[in-house]
Amino acid sequence: MSLGAREFDFVRDLVRTESAIVLDAGKEYLVESRLLPLARAAGHPDVTSYVAEVALRRQPRSRTAVVEALTTNETSWFRDNDPFTALRTTVLPALAETRTRRSIRIWCAACSTGQEPYSVAMTVLDSPLLAGFDVTIVATDLSEEVLAKGRRGEYSQLEVNRGLPASLLVRHFTREGLSWRISPQLRSRVDFKQLNLLRPYTSLGRFDIVFMRNVLIYFDQATKQDILRRVRQVTAPDGYLFLGAAEMTRGLDDKWEREPAGRSALYRVREEDRSCVPW
Amino acid sequence: MRALVVDDSRAMRRIVGGVLASSGFEVLQAGDGREALDVLETQPEPPQLACVDWNMPVMDGLTFITRVRRRSEWRGITLMMVTTESEQERIVRALAAGAHEYLTKPFEADDLRQKLAFLGLLPDVPVEA
Repeated sequence: MSLGAREFDFVRDLVRTESAIVLDAGKEYLVESRLLPLARAAGHPDVTSYVAEVALRRQPRSRTAVVEALTTNETSWFRDNDPFTALRTTVLPALAETRTRRSIRIWCAACSTGQEPYSVAMTVLDSPLLAGFDVTIVATDLSEEVLAKGRRGEYSQLEVNRGLPASLLVRHFTREGLSWRISPQLRSRVDFKQLNLLRPYTSLGRFDIVFMRNVLIYFDQATKQDILRRVRQVTAPDGYLFLGAAEMTRGLDDKWEREPAGRSALYRVREEDRSCVPW
Repeated sequence: MRALVVDDSRAMRRIVGGVLASSGFEVLQAGDGREALDVLETQPEPPQLACVDWNMPVMDGLTFITRVRRRSEWRGITLMMVTTESEQERIVRALAAGAHEYLTKPFEADDLRQKLAFLGLLPDVPVEA
């Protein structure tokens, strides 16, 4: 169900009053995508009914949560740190040992404006075990707008402040006016492509690692199941899946198994289900 | 854990100190690099972290960082430059002088917490719930 006009107007007025940020008409998709996790957490089937309740109850806490969800950048470099530590210390060393063809393919699904795939690319470049490996990073998103920004590889000072260590900033970026531009070496590592996760992914090829973090939360149960099943089909039998900290495969697709990795966790196809997937 | 905030602006000391205090740090303050060295001299144990502005009267942040790095007993202090200076050359100079991190003003509280998490001084901070 799409967001009702009255609810959108309420959110627009609230955000304008509280943060001075103006949500133009046509930003309904933004409101929906940012508020859906809050709606689900509050037990609502959709954003319209959640916003209607927030408007009715006049609770300052829910109103603040709505404003913050719409005014906070939702992406950052090395987001949550731990998955990247697991990538560096567990996943890449394992693949360096097992991939005798010296080729590794990584998919960042819902890559937004590029911070995640470029963080992966920096981790790969800094991994001495992968010297001489051909590493491909495919970054997909539904929105052409965010993909265009990712392809440009140009970020504001505020954007590079969010989670990018200074040593990596000066090594991999160049200051251009008020912005920072990513190095051609990193830029060339990432292939940005438009993709709707509800459509087939087989044309992307097979992957050794899939990053699909904070994506499933936007979908209903049946769609989550379908996505996880189809991700399994494009993941190497001994490959790795990263989900968001609040996401899991249990009860959705039990052919995936959770594997702790440091302070993080990753998902792998169960041993007994691996042989049936040709690779 | 303890942190030293060095900035000639009282407002900035309050902002940076506030984020650090809310993250569990006991916060010490100094208004310039010279005063910060004096504070360090009086501490039985050095703090784990120092957040340092670049441009200050008496002694600037870069000189302070260079002085701290010369003292072996202060080797355990993690040094973060927190400044409006955002030129690439400045960041390179600060890191070469011994700063571990560099954060450009203006910043959001989460930006500072993320830097601390990366430095191993905080549990990781999810950007959104």
